[in-house]
Amino acid sequence: MITLETIAATGVFSVAWLMIAVPALMAGLLLISGKFFDRTGHWMAVAASTTSFVLAAWMFIQMLGADPEHRAVSVPLYTWINSGTWKIDAGLQIDQLSIVFALLITGVGSLIHLYSVGYMAHDVRRRRFFAYLNLFVAAMLLLVLADNYLVLFVGWEGVGLASYLLIGFWQHKPSAAAAAKKAFVMNRVGDLGLTMAVMSMLALFGSSSFEAVNAGAAKLSPGWATAIGLFLLLGAAGKSAQVPLQGWLLDAMEGPTPVSALIHAATMVTAGVYLVVRSHEVFEMSATAATAVVIVGAVTLLAGAWIGTSKDDIKKVLAGSTMSQIGYMMLAAGIGPAGYAFAIFHLLTHGFFKANMFLGAGSVMHAMDDDVDMRHYGALAKILPYTFYTFAMGYLAIIGFPFFAGYFSKDHIIEAAFEHNLWAGVAALVGAGITAFYMTRLMLMTFAGQKRWREGVHPHESPKVMTVPLVVLAIFSVFGGLLMNAWIQEWLEPAVGNHVTEISLVPNLIGWLTLAVVAAGVAIAWFVFGGKRTIPDVAPATRNPFTVMGRNELFGNTVNDVLVVQPTMMAARGLTVADTKAIDGGANGLVTVFNGLSTQVRRLQNGQVRTYALTMALGAVAVGVVMILSQLG
Amino acid sequence: MIPLITGAEITFWIAGPLAVLGGIGLIAFRKAVYAALSMAFTMVNLAVLYASLDAMFLTFVQIIVYTGAIMMLFLFVLMLVGVDTPDSLVETLRGQRVAAAVAGIGIAGLIVFGIGGALAGVKPVGLEAANAAYEGNINGLSALIFGRYVFAFEFTSALLIVAAVGAMILGQRARVRHKLTQKELSKVRMKAYADQGVHPGSLPNSGVLARHNSIATPGLLPDGTVSDHSVSETLAARGVIVDAPAMSKATAELFGSIESTMAEEGEE
Amino acid sequence: MTPEYYVYLATILFALGTVGVMVRRNALVAFMSVELMLNAANLAMVAFSQARGGLDGQVATFFVMVVAAAEVVIGLSIIIVIYRTRRSTSMDAASLLKL
Repeated sequence: MITLETIAATGVFSVAWLMIAVPALMAGLLLISGKFFDRTGHWMAVAASTTSFVLAAWMFIQMLGADPEHRAVSVPLYTWINSGTWKIDAGLQIDQLSIVFALLITGVGSLIHLYSVGYMAHDVRRRRFFAYLNLFVAAMLLLVLADNYLVLFVGWEGVGLASYLLIGFWQHKPSAAAAAKKAFVMNRVGDLGLTMAVMSMLALFGSSSFEAVNAGAAKLSPGWATAIGLFLLLGAAGKSAQVPLQGWLLDAMEGPTPVSALIHAATMVTAGVYLVVRSHEVFEMSATAATAVVIVGAVTLLAGAWIGTSKDDIKKVLAGSTMSQIGYMMLAAGIGPAGYAFAIFHLLTHGFFKANMFLGAGSVMHAMDDDVDMRHYGALAKILPYTFYTFAMGYLAIIGFPFFAGYFSKDHIIEAAFEHNLWAGVAALVGAGITAFYMTRLMLMTFAGQKRWREGVHPHESPKVMTVPLVVLAIFSVFGGLLMNAWIQEWLEPAVGNHVTEISLVPNLIGWLTLAVVAAGVAIAWFVFGGKRTIPDVAPATRNPFTVMGRNELFGNTVNDVLVVQPTMMAARGLTVADTKAIDGGANGLVTVFNGLSTQVRRLQNGQVRTYALTMALGAVAVGVVMILSQLG
Repeated sequence: MIPLITGAEITFWIAGPLAVLGGIGLIAFRKAVYAALSMAFTMVNLAVLYASLDAMFLTFVQIIVYTGAIMMLFLFVLMLVGVDTPDSLVETLRGQRVAAAVAGIGIAGLIVFGIGGALAGVKPVGLEAANAAYEGNINGLSALIFGRYVFAFEFTSALLIVAAVGAMILGQRARVRHKLTQKELSKVRMKAYADQGVHPGSLPNSGVLARHNSIATPGLLPDGTVSDHSVSETLAARGVIVDAPAMSKATAELFGSIESTMAEEGEE
Repeated sequence: MTPEYYVYLATILFALGTVGVMVRRNALVAFMSVELMLNAANLAMVAFSQARGGLDGQVATFFVMVVAAAEVVIGLSIIIVIYRTRRSTSMDAASLLKL
């Protein structure tokens, strides 16, 4: 067992809380300032986010300079809860795992802030949008920097809130409002799991700090380890849109595209993976829980890819792809020590290339008057050169083209999956093929072929403020994998206890096999959608069950509706009936009874003095009788 | 041992039942005046009983203050508020009489059962010694009242003063509107005449007949009918009005016979 | 002569007074019934005074009479005031003591 040794915070680490505080305060300032910052608010938000990034980068450099055993830093902040037996300190833990997350969040986050300056330029509620983005950055940083599960939970809820606010940002659209609600409600299901996990930890270990939990995990009974593991998995599935709580992510695309890129592709949805990797000691104690993680990951990676093949909405294809890629990460995280580093590795590269592609999609939409239907695109490569080339980098990265970012991270996962279990490996391999297919389809439908634009649409390249982030992210999509491939395992090893495996740049058998499958996927897509083939203007009617299921998101909503919504509605109706008939009826009946009684009793008070005299006399008699009887007794 | 029959016992067995009779009369007579007289009768009987109990001072206070002053005050108020209509004895409150009887019997039963039993066979000490101590009942009482109970006595005097002042205030009638002047009164009268045809002049006198001129005699109009306004409504309600037309008719007949006799005599 | 009988007589008078208050509608008669109850109590006190051989009972009776006089003065004034406004001394007429 590897226990993380942390050192006391000094220098820049002692102000690590500023990373969270600056965007949080900026969010508050922007929200309460009214119209005062309408003109400057967005740049202030960019500055806040960048400040956090600079702090994170500074700390990262400091950590790079330290020797591996003394990189993790704990920053105690204050005692949060001190009541009776509970003493919970709020503190930050800056170790190898959380710093890479912090870098991803603030780095990609700042780029997306910058991009949003262009994307949201004409929105009247821009200041509010940036306030929410800053709120998200603060909450996400709190999530990954927390040193115990309870503080993590605060951040976890914070990102849920920010996600809700941003999905429903265009609240005038009923679909956006509904999507926000859906995301919020489905996340609550996952939060229930996390809450129960945290409570179990508090009950079993008396503390929710990572240190205590990791130290105590070894002594857990198998039953409790499995229970906590499954609770955590439920939480992770909710936040990361894994089966069976995947339904909200596709709808979440109703939010502005930068939101989809930042929250629903690069950072927040990967929080589940972070949670699983952070809790690795628990999963190592329970093979059942770990296997559940693998199964959830494998099922989701196939389901997401499947959905991606059938959607015409460019953002929904990318959303399906996100689900699928997070499925890969989950799969890797479930494999055990062999996969942790690869899960985080893929998480980072995915953060780059998926943010890149989402922002690219946003740029395309920007050019196409916010049309998201790929059947209305076509032949945009020449008109949107920056967008096309940067998107292409992301595309090559995600399908795992050799030496692009996704190539390293995904191949490692597939290899690890094959080593772990044949079926997991096959699922990962097939997923890679499907990924290649649908991403090629997306590229062909958007950038190649004939123009299928609607009338009055005049595509134009996006402004610099939007293309610069694209270029930066494209560079990371290309070189991110190469950069981290040899480094990430050793770096993360003290924090997540992964096994460092030998990595060679020359593909082994599985590597070649993966490349072949990916090539096959690309080829099939080319034969179906490429060349001179015409793309129908509306999705052709089909009875192909695979297509139908894909278009309907594998009937996930129907399943939810039948399994959860309808029974709940029926129960609610039943309860309403019970309430009106039984409870209200009982209460009303009681009221009627007392009303009748009081009407009768009121007759005693008829205003007649003689009746009062009589009552008094009878009362005196009664008192006398009682007194005499008591004397007799 | 033959029980010794004393004067007190004889007095008790005579005055006691009479007092109870008076009490029954109080609650049974329809007319309030009779009820008040029954009450006075009971009080007098109680005074007799006081006398037989060696309480001479209280005997006279009972007669002079209670029967003489308080009961007469009652009678006076009875006259003031009208004695003409006897009370209806139809009970309006359902079950009131039965319940009242039950309560009355219950109270009586309780006292008899609770106190009476304890007193059975108690030999009365008698007041001879107590009265002798200060040479007489009145002297003894005054010694107690101005000695041991002097504060209570002073308080009762204060109470009486307060009661007198209170009665004065209650009896005073506050004028809510200014007193009507002669002018205003005449205007009201003329208006009543204009609106309702009420005669504006003074009411007609009572009748002045040969045999009667009391206020109970109605005045006759020129056509010989009775004027309703000429007698008090109270007298009319009591039914004590003299039948003036009958009386005038008898007078007329008498005059007629006198005149015919005089005419016959004139012919002779 | 034991006080027992006097107490019985007083009890009967008291009960008659109680019934009178409850049964008679004329406020004056009811008021007189109250007086009857006071008198019944007086009789008992005088009887006890004689039985115990002390004059305190008679003093108490004297005070009761004084208080009764004050009470009658005020009570009758109130009855007259009521009569002035309502033209009636019926206790049933003054039935405003209700909801």
